[in-house]
Amino acid sequence: MRPAAGGEPTGSVDTVQAEAAVEITGLHKSYGSVQALRGVDLRVETGSVCGLLGPNGAGKTTAVRILTTLLLPDEGSARVTGLDVVRDAAKVRARIGLAGQYAAVDENLSGFENLEMVGRLYHLGRGPSRGRARELLSSFDLSEAADRLVRTYSGGMRRRLDLAAALVARPPVLFLDEPTTGLDIRSRIGLWDAIEALVSGGTTVLLTTQYLDEADRLADRIAVIDQGLVIAEGTPDELKARVGGERLEIHLCDGGRGDEAVAALAAIASDRPYLEDGSVRVPVAERRGTIAEAVRRLDDAGIAIDDISVSTPTLDDVFLNLTGRSTEPETEEAEVAVR
Amino acid sequence: MTALRYGISDTLVLAKRSLLRIPRQPDLLVGFTIQPILFVLLFVYVFGGAIQTPGFDYVDFLMPGIIVQSIAFGGFVTALGLADDLKKGLMDRFRSLPITRSALLTGRTLGDVVTNIFQLVVMFTVGLLVGFDFSGSVGEVIAGIALLLLIGYAFSWVFAFIGLSSSSPEASNAYGFTILFPLTFVSSAFVPVDSMPDWLQPIAEHNPFTTMVNAARALFLGIPAGNDVWLALLWTLAIIAVFAPLSAWRYRRVVSR
Repeated sequence: MRPAAGGEPTGSVDTVQAEAAVEITGLHKSYGSVQALRGVDLRVETGSVCGLLGPNGAGKTTAVRILTTLLLPDEGSARVTGLDVVRDAAKVRARIGLAGQYAAVDENLSGFENLEMVGRLYHLGRGPSRGRARELLSSFDLSEAADRLVRTYSGGMRRRLDLAAALVARPPVLFLDEPTTGLDIRSRIGLWDAIEALVSGGTTVLLTTQYLDEADRLADRIAVIDQGLVIAEGTPDELKARVGGERLEIHLCDGGRGDEAVAALAAIASDRPYLEDGSVRVPVAERRGTIAEAVRRLDDAGIAIDDISVSTPTLDDVFLNLTGRSTEPETEEAEVAVR
Repeated sequence: MTALRYGISDTLVLAKRSLLRIPRQPDLLVGFTIQPILFVLLFVYVFGGAIQTPGFDYVDFLMPGIIVQSIAFGGFVTALGLADDLKKGLMDRFRSLPITRSALLTGRTLGDVVTNIFQLVVMFTVGLLVGFDFSGSVGEVIAGIALLLLIGYAFSWVFAFIGLSSSSPEASNAYGFTILFPLTFVSSAFVPVDSMPDWLQPIAEHNPFTTMVNAARALFLGIPAGNDVWLALLWTLAIIAVFAPLSAWRYRRVVSR
């Protein structure tokens, strides 16, 4: 897939250069007695990709809806390219693109008609709207389906069209609310490629997701959100470091010699080695050289190795570590299966 | 000036989109055409013989009423469409675009005017086939058509509000029918009001729908209208004055579900 967005610099030069693309301070929002956001702070630098990661109901969509002027906050402030989302809502709308969890495209229009309509509604004019529609359809591999009604599109095609619609006006800031929820693996990877191409064009992206691998792959920085609060923030590597880095997993030919192996490997471990599921787990601070060293030490002790591997913590581990809860993996799988 | 130009352009773009839905989902046409035609046939040939309408042939009595009813229901496309936009997430897309506030609503209601014109053509044709006699003058008939289109436009705003307030397209359909059916039947559309029980007569008499039907009947048949035409116009404008702002208010608050 070719780069989809012309990487035009942010619309106006008059906004202060160092201004964050998105800046949220003390954001609160309640629906009746349910507190969706309980004081969220977040800053997304211009040109970066921020992953807002959290389980269902964490407040991700509410935050995106406030940032895209769809909802009014109860308290706190939110600025997009320096513009207040409440006071300058109309100006904010001209500078953002939104692609949602449901592919928000009109099923009774063709792909081309959908994009042309969005272009007209951004006031690009008829000719430029059509040109831009054709350009985007070709970037997203939809040229052949351009004149077919969207209701004949597959799930992945709809998402690509939805993403294309968000890009019609080349917005400097893009909000992607769970862009791949419900897609099969192949379509997810296709969409990831498209998003990566965008980002290399300089667009700022705020992406919400409950997929840990998605945030890991796409985001420069991740904010973990849970029950209306940002509970951790950092680069994917920083977050992983919090759960103690990498670890060796060694499977022995003779399972009965586990304790001897633990003793032999204690010196190279960053934390106490332990036995789990019949294999030896060795937390290590530095990956380089440790496999060879472990093999040497076990060989010296006369313990035969069946299999050895390095495991890297996933963001799932991070979430478990931060909240004591998992991210409901069953639900995710169920959703993938439905599609 | 730019704002006005954008407002008009946004409205037209969205009206076009609203209208494209009909040829692409032709089952919607059943609601506009087959249903009212069935109603005409049922009332003229099944119930008509049992209904006394002193001073009128039943066909002449019925047709204006049934035309006003089908025009009033024409706006259901707006309710369905808006409820569908809410369900599918399109509402979020539209509300996050830099379009003129409420262009989505004016676009839809304007699109309904076109479907209303189509309905009028169908109903007039059916009316002539079953023997309706336009005895009003050309001026009166044109005034009648104008009044009908304005009534249709007013009810589109009622449907817009229903569509924006209901939880699904199916619910919006149910609300629409629950509200409009009693309104149209407890009126002078199908039977004379003085044939109803005493307690119901004042309700039917003051039903705005009765006023609208009486006005249309007077204009198409060329009989004295009294104040009905002016009152019908006033009611119609009042409905727009109430439901257009109510819908705009809902629109500013709704998010997709």
